[in-house]
Amino acid sequence: MSGQLTTSQLQQKAEIIREDIIRMLEAAGSGHSAGPLGLADIFTALYFNIMNFDPKNPDWEDRDIFLLSNGHCIPVQYAAMAEAGFFDKEELLTLRKFGSRLQGHPERERLPGLENTSGPLGSGLSQAAGYAYSMQYMDDIKHRFVYVVMGDGELDEGNIWEAAMFAGKNKLSHIIAFIDRNNIQIDGNTEDVMPLEDLKGKWESFGWHVIEIDGNNIESVIDAASIGRAITNRPTVIIAHTIPGKGVDFMEYDYHWHGVAPNSEQAKDALHKLRTLNGKITHEGQGVQ
Amino acid sequence: MSDYILNPDLFSDDVKQEPIRAGFGRGLKAAGEANEMVIALCADLTDSTQMSLFKEAFPNRFVEVGVAEQNLVTLGSGFARAGKIPFVSSYAAFSPGRNWEQIRTTIALNNQPVKIVGSHAGLYTGADGATHQMLEDITLMRVLPNMVVIVPGDSLEADKATRLLAENGKPSYLRLTREKTPIISTDESPFEIGKAYVLREGTDISLMGTGTMTYQLLAAANILAEQGINAEVVHVPTIKPLDNETIVASARRTGRVLTAEEGQIKGGFGGAVAELLSEQLPTPVKRVGMQDRFGESGTPAELLDYFGLTPEKIAETTKDFINNTAQYHRDY
Repeated sequence: MSGQLTTSQLQQKAEIIREDIIRMLEAAGSGHSAGPLGLADIFTALYFNIMNFDPKNPDWEDRDIFLLSNGHCIPVQYAAMAEAGFFDKEELLTLRKFGSRLQGHPERERLPGLENTSGPLGSGLSQAAGYAYSMQYMDDIKHRFVYVVMGDGELDEGNIWEAAMFAGKNKLSHIIAFIDRNNIQIDGNTEDVMPLEDLKGKWESFGWHVIEIDGNNIESVIDAASIGRAITNRPTVIIAHTIPGKGVDFMEYDYHWHGVAPNSEQAKDALHKLRTLNGKITHEGQGVQ
Repeated sequence: MSDYILNPDLFSDDVKQEPIRAGFGRGLKAAGEANEMVIALCADLTDSTQMSLFKEAFPNRFVEVGVAEQNLVTLGSGFARAGKIPFVSSYAAFSPGRNWEQIRTTIALNNQPVKIVGSHAGLYTGADGATHQMLEDITLMRVLPNMVVIVPGDSLEADKATRLLAENGKPSYLRLTREKTPIISTDESPFEIGKAYVLREGTDISLMGTGTMTYQLLAAANILAEQGINAEVVHVPTIKPLDNETIVASARRTGRVLTAEEGQIKGGFGGAVAELLSEQLPTPVKRVGMQDRFGESGTPAELLDYFGLTPEKIAETTKDFINNTAQYHRDY
């Protein structure tokens, strides 16, 4: 998908994805709002610039691999996949409903294009490491990469650091990991619940190349991934500072919106905020109806 | 009667004995020779779990994980997604003891053909004590959808099971024992995943065993025969999928069932048999094994005796059971 869209076109994609997230969550009546909205720019960059894949042939052998470790943020991936053509957009409104392929947390076997099953936190980086080790040391694959998104609260899990140690030891340079550094988790601010800082220093000491970016800046995301692919002697982790609830002012920075979906009034308000840049402009853009 | 061929020297004093895990080591190497997708991961116990043979033969297909059992199985899930057939080994107390949720989500629900190998299971782990005597692994693994669960009766079966698991395409658990135990089968004996085998026909009771307990049951049946009790012995190396047909047919023939396992009877092999029979052919079932308690340090012989798992103790339990229980289904 590389290089086809301009920055402003990508920003429009992110806008559409955010509006779809609000619609999906409203229809579902439950789910996580803040994380998916904050991740919309990273997913836009991944699905519309960074990754190679074929939505009509999800198991295409030359594809890049994407693994969502913090499965509760799946609405943003479903929205990005639908926008990228993996399935029809109407299906987004089946999120979390009985019989839907769009399970509340992602299940690989239900939906072509998903590479893993996740929800319980902490296991995505290990799966990325297994795949990347196979590419690098067993299959002699050089042109494919494994992208993985983790939450920051998720880094409380020991499994993550077991994987970090393993990937560092083995210099798994095909891994490009994103940490959604939005500073919230269910019980509050990450630094109150369980401090993560010095986060950059932690990953560096485990043998990783660390890049810190504004995760709501699509160009920064694309540049960081590009640097990650160019580094061949270490895995790369991108600490992406994002605004939880990005785009909807009454959700932004508020950890109470971590695991809550908007009701219909809130959803209407949220869509309005998204289309007017939180009231900074009067003209509503053309979101997908 | 199945066509199972018992080791002809089984009850001689110098019956060949070998750790079940040794058969796994040979089987894994053979599986690796047959299929280049087979790889092996270990959590700092490569000699103990007998992965050394594979590692020497295929150094590039062996991955050292360190003491990190959560990473062990989740790496396995990632390797499987990349097309590999990963065998991941540790002590059963740690895997699946420590990493059950990761197995549940990233292997069972995710339906990836990772082969979890839990060595040093059961009371034969002996002197290491209760922490290392894994007694709950059969229970933990048999309740997982998609999971195949194998408990070989000897090293030859472990070898055969390993080679079959490499090709079954499913999430699977293989339980191994550390100490030498008698070889009950022969190279020619059949072994199929999902099959139970009638090793000895009888009329008074069906003794059903898994893993090392099958040998104890065969010896118990000899003792019982001397006392005029004609016991059938059924070997059940596959806990899941359970061979319903063979188990129910045996219960129908004898009308009483005793199960034996080196593990918790609650939810374990005995639990599986009791569940099956209560639905398909209600039959009195006596479960021999760990009675809702942990083990402790001691020699395997001391522990088997203390917990009632020697041939003599099982024969006693069997007689008490027969004396106190009516025989069902004899004439069906």
